Formats: sequence, C-alpha cells, structure tokens
Amino acid sequence: MDLSYSDEQRLLGESANNLLAARAQKPGAADLWKEMADMGWLALPLPESDGGLGQGIVDVGIVTEAMGRHRARSNYVAGVVLAGGLVAALGNDAQRAALLPGLADGSLRLALAHAEEGARYNLAHVAVTAKKSGAGYVLDGRKVAVLGGDVADRFILSARISGGTRDAGGIGLFVVAKDARGVTVDGHATVDGAGAARVTLAGVEVRADALLSDNALAAIEQAYDRATAAFCSELVGLMEAATKATIEYTKIRIQFGKPLAGNQALRHRMADMSIACEEARSMALRAALHADDEDARSRSRAIAGAWAKVSRSARFVAEQAIQLHGGMGVTNELEIGGYLKRVVALDAIIGGPDLHLRRHAALTQHAA
Amino acid sequence: MDLTFTAEERAFRDEVRAFLNEKLTPDLKRAHHLTPSVFSDPPVGNRWQKILHAQGWAAPLWPKEYGGTGWSLAQRYIWEIESAAAGAPSVTPMGLRMVGPVIMKFGTQAQKDYYLPRICAAEDYWCQGYSEPGSGSDLASLKTRAVRDGDHYVINGSKIWTTHAHHANMMFALVRTSDEPKKQDGISFILIDMKTPGISVRPILTIGGDHETNQVFFDDVRVPVENRVGAEGQGWATGKYLLEFERGGAMTSGRLRAILADIEKLASTYRDGEKAYAATETFALRRSQAEIDIDALEMTELRIMSSLQSGQNPGSVSSSLAKLRNSEIKQSLTALAVDVLGQDGLYWEGHRPLYEMNAEPGIPEDALTALPEYLNSRAYTIFGGTSEVQRDIIAKVVIGM
Repeated sequence: MDLSYSDEQRLLGESANNLLAARAQKPGAADLWKEMADMGWLALPLPESDGGLGQGIVDVGIVTEAMGRHRARSNYVAGVVLAGGLVAALGNDAQRAALLPGLADGSLRLALAHAEEGARYNLAHVAVTAKKSGAGYVLDGRKVAVLGGDVADRFILSARISGGTRDAGGIGLFVVAKDARGVTVDGHATVDGAGAARVTLAGVEVRADALLSDNALAAIEQAYDRATAAFCSELVGLMEAATKATIEYTKIRIQFGKPLAGNQALRHRMADMSIACEEARSMALRAALHADDEDARSRSRAIAGAWAKVSRSARFVAEQAIQLHGGMGVTNELEIGGYLKRVVALDAIIGGPDLHLRRHAALTQHAA
Repeated sequence: MDLTFTAEERAFRDEVRAFLNEKLTPDLKRAHHLTPSVFSDPPVGNRWQKILHAQGWAAPLWPKEYGGTGWSLAQRYIWEIESAAAGAPSVTPMGLRMVGPVIMKFGTQAQKDYYLPRICAAEDYWCQGYSEPGSGSDLASLKTRAVRDGDHYVINGSKIWTTHAHHANMMFALVRTSDEPKKQDGISFILIDMKTPGISVRPILTIGGDHETNQVFFDDVRVPVENRVGAEGQGWATGKYLLEFERGGAMTSGRLRAILADIEKLASTYRDGEKAYAATETFALRRSQAEIDIDALEMTELRIMSSLQSGQNPGSVSSSLAKLRNSEIKQSLTALAVDVLGQDGLYWEGHRPLYEMNAEPGIPEDALTALPEYLNSRAYTIFGGTSEVQRDIIAKVVIGM
C-alpha cells in the first residue's frame, strides 16, 4: 500500500496544469489535440508495443484533472481510453499497428460509436446489426452521442452479430471509416463544447479484417469503467476550480457593506463545497486504483460507487458556484456556468448518480 | 501508487487475525456489540487495552519512543480494519488519542515519563474537562478558574458533558488562570486527580438510556502547579491541538464498515413478506449509499494518514472534515439500523449494561442496541465541536478570512 505520487507523476501534473492554464488565457490557440500529442498524453495509456507509454488510469487522471481545472474542451478520454483502449484490448497485431501509432501521435482520430437511442446506459444494448455477407459484414442502424465523432477519421463501432437487443453475447466491434459508403455523420454541438456526432449506417459493407471482436461486451464494460475513473479525476479538477473561483468572487463582492464571504450562510456553503472536493478527490483516486482490477465485478462496483459520489458532488459544487456568483453566475460573461455544463455533459455520457447507485446495489446483491 | 498489500503487509494481516482470533474472547465481543454508547464501558475497554498492552499494540498511532508500535500506514490501516471487523471493544481515546499526544508535544520530561506509560498500560482512566454550562461552542469563554496559591492552583467552577467522569481517575482540563482582553488568552491546560477533595460528579442520563456523561463541580480543588502542561496562559493552543486529534486522529472508517456489516446481517434476519429485508431495493440502495460514503471517508483518512508521521497532528481542515463526515455517516447508519427493525423499533429495553441482562429480551439480542444507538448518535454532530463549528473552522481556512 502506497498513496504517494511518483516524481514522474508530479511532473506530469505540473506540465499539464501549466500548458492548460496558458491555453485557457488564449481561446484562439492552436488545436489542443496536436499539443496533447506533442506532450505524449495521447500515448499515455496505450501499450508500449503499439507506440504508447503503457501508463495506468492514475496517470490519465492526472491529465484529466488538469483538463477539468482549466476547462479544456476535449474528447481526450473518449478518444484515448474508450476507442483507443478497446483497440488495444481487442485488436490483433495488424489492427493495432494500423490504428494505435496514429492515435498516439495525433494523426488519426478515433471515436467509439456505441450508445444508441433507448440504451439508457445499458452497455449490452446494441440494436445496430452486423449481418454476415461473404467474407465480411453489412452494418445497419444508428449510433448517438459519439464523442468526438464530428472530427473522427475512424469509428470503433459496436454492432450486433447475434442475439436480441440487450443480450450480453453476440456484440461485435468493428473499425469503420468515416467516409465508407453508407455512413452518414451528423456532427452536432454539445452542451460542454466538446462536440459529438450521430452516425447512421445504411448497408455499410466492411471486410472481415474490420472486426476487432465478435464478443466485445466485457471489453466495452472495462473501457467504460476506465473512462469513468478518468472522468472522476476530471471532475475533481473542475470542482476545485469552481470552488476557488467562488471563494475569490465572494471575497471581493461587497453587499450590505461587507464582502459576501463574511456571511456564515455562504461560508458554510463554501465549506461544504470544499468538503465535496476532498471527498471527490478521495473517490477519484480510489476509482483510478481499482480501474484495472482483475475481477470485473469488483472493478465495476468500485467505479459505480465512485461515480455515484463524484458526479453528485460535482453537480452540487457546480450549481452552488453559480448560486454564489448571483446574477453574474448565469451569464456567459463569467463562464462560471461552463463548469456546470461539463458536469451535465458527463452525466449524459455516463449516466447520473442515481443510476450508478442502483448499479452499485445490483452488483452488491449479485455478489451476495 | 497502489492500494494492494505487499507480501509483508499480508503477513502482518495474518498475524493480526491470529492475535484477534486468540485474544478477543466471545464475552469481550458480546460486550462491545451490546454497548450503545460511544465508547466501551471502562471494565470492558480497559480489559482489552491491557491485552493489547501485553502484546505491545496498545498505542498504534504513537511513535516508538513513547511505547507506540511505529507501524506503517498500511499496518495502521490493517489493524483498524481487522480489529473493527472482529468486533473488538472501542478503547477510550481520551488517553491514547487526546491527552497522550498533548503530553508528548507540550509536556515536561517528568510528565512524559510518568503519564505516557500509564496511558499505554490503561493504569489511568482519563476524562475531558472542556465544555462548561455557559461555554459550549464558544469554548474560549470558559470560566472555571484556577487561582495560584503557592505551589498549587485552587480551582472553582464546573465542567459539563464529561464522558466517563464517574469512572475516570484523571481529568485534563482547560481552566482560566487570568483575565485578558482576548478570551483565548489566560487559559491553561491542567491535569487533575479526580480523587482530589472538592470534586463532585453529577450523572447526566442521555436520550439513549445510558449514563455516559456527567457534570463535574470544583469547590476549592487544590492541584499542584507541576500538573500544568505547557506555559501558563497558553492552554488554548494546547487545547486546540488536542481537539484536532480528537476529531481526525484515527482511521474511523473501519468501525463504520463493521457497523454496516452488522446492519446487513440484521437485515438478513428481518423479513419483508416472503423475502429478507436485506433483499429489498429500499435497503439495498441505502446500504450502497452508506458503503460509498464509507469508501470516500476511508480514502480521505488514508490520504490524511499517509501524509503524517506517527504521532503527528492531522491539522485543522483535515481533522474537521474527517469528524464531520464520520459523524454524519454514523448517524445515517444508526438510522438505517432502526429502519431495519420495522415494528420492533417500538420496543424499548432500559436495562444497562445490556450485556449484563438476565431476562430474555423481547426482541432479538442483535437488535437491542439499534434504537439506543440511533438516539445516542445524535451527540456525534455536537460533541468535539458541533458540525457548525467544524464548518466555521474549514471556512476560515479555505476562504482565508
């Protein structure tokens, strides 16, 4: 048992915070993705044999925490941990060689196309079909909430080879190019500014070598758990920044002849925000340290518990940050609302705290 | 960074389990289990502490030089988790976790040499003379006065909420030795022999049905000047240093986890129609919420402890935060336990101690403490500084004004 960061991890945190703080000062700066590639962040969790750095979710979480703190609008986790992680986990040598070095150096953008209408965060819900056709498959259906799908070169796309819509078995995972015949990508803005797409497949023909796995659910669940842990860390950075901004604002805003921060009602609120930050930091760390547990059930249970705690705390902090900024909090001038928008986006991506509390309870009862 | 145990740490865990298996007798476990109040009754707690002392494990949080174990973070964690899970008595913190660290930091060599070994060996039983009838949250307004008379202080006044004063042979107290413009000045930290003439103890019965706390009166009580810890008039800083240990100086999450396990066991014996209450969705969701809260507190406590050397002070924000969350979670657990009882939540057993009852209780023995514990636990967010005081402390630091 050891809870201290290594020197390398401390340096990673410093450089991530420095870079993202500097970028936050100049909104028109160059493409963040390119800079993340140069910093080695895209390579961070990918296997060393595929051009990656072979680090775990603790390291990814150090980067995402800085992203949360400086409101970097990015689909980093979706591209690297979800899409990249699934290719690393399921791809054969040729598939990994074709995709991962490009992902690591920033030249190839990947997006996971898994969620569908009506799935409600049930990861086994796959209605998009993959019908065997000669040596390959034909894909039909529609994917939603494809994070970074608006700028992706390839989709890592789930489609059902056999079974009913929510069956655990028979879920295939395919590599589909954005410009393949029959693929329509409808990019759309997202509440947090990071960007996503809906992807429609109409008779899309893929070759046999596009298939990463014909039974991908366990790997998809693992990828989502690892991504969720990384999102927990992002929310820690976000919450701390929102709390800090709120404290600074209430110290300079004078009402009734004194700073707002002199009022006990507001002081206690900010104490609660600080407590929420500390608890979230504890849970994010716990999630990161369980993200690669061998036992899938205990891993998912730890992650569900962490998200239930962290996303609820983050919602509280982000909403109170607006409340304590008063009228200014609801304007776009201050961007304090940007924190809440990211919290809302992540709940839409992962599911909210009630859903994950229920998931935690279900995983507990199945163990008993 | 790693949460898993090394081979040595696993070996230590086996050693702890073997020790608990051998020394923690069924009657000690039962006595602990049937104690609704905050700490084990002194006959039970002292018996356990003497067993620990014989093993050299009486002071897991103390540095080695004072008789502590000198354990690593993982060892302290393993000890707390394992002894709580095994149902070991809650040894009073008033010596080990409160006055002990204060004597280590502020005491004279003679005080260290005399008191610290006696604390480890459970030869002294301490109580805390802090609150007064007129000084609760506003502790610094305290009025119990100590007037110098030669080699003695003569003490007059009253302390209240004095847990186990009726068992204790020693008290550490904050007393006013002078009047200064600032109320925090002029306070001294003093050790009082409870057998000194002029001390009287009045019991206060609390809503859980226990006699745990008291009011203590001082009527011309003569205490040697050598019993003062630290300089005269500097007691406030000493007293606050102690409070930070009281609030955040331990791994409390292990106890909460053990309580949750007990509640789960209880819920599997109560029924809701055809199924065990434990199998209902209502219970499952509350159980999960409680476990998640405990997970978060445990990681917070591990983070705090990992940044400290043994015997070191946890600091104000960390200790207030740990105290707040521990007390809130404890209260929600006791409420959950009462919920499990259903209609049995009506049944009241007034006999104390519950583990020395002759008659057959009207509800299962495992269910007896739920209601008294729920009522007793309302005090958790009040003693040691109310939750509101903790928020004041945290706010002052994080806001910086």
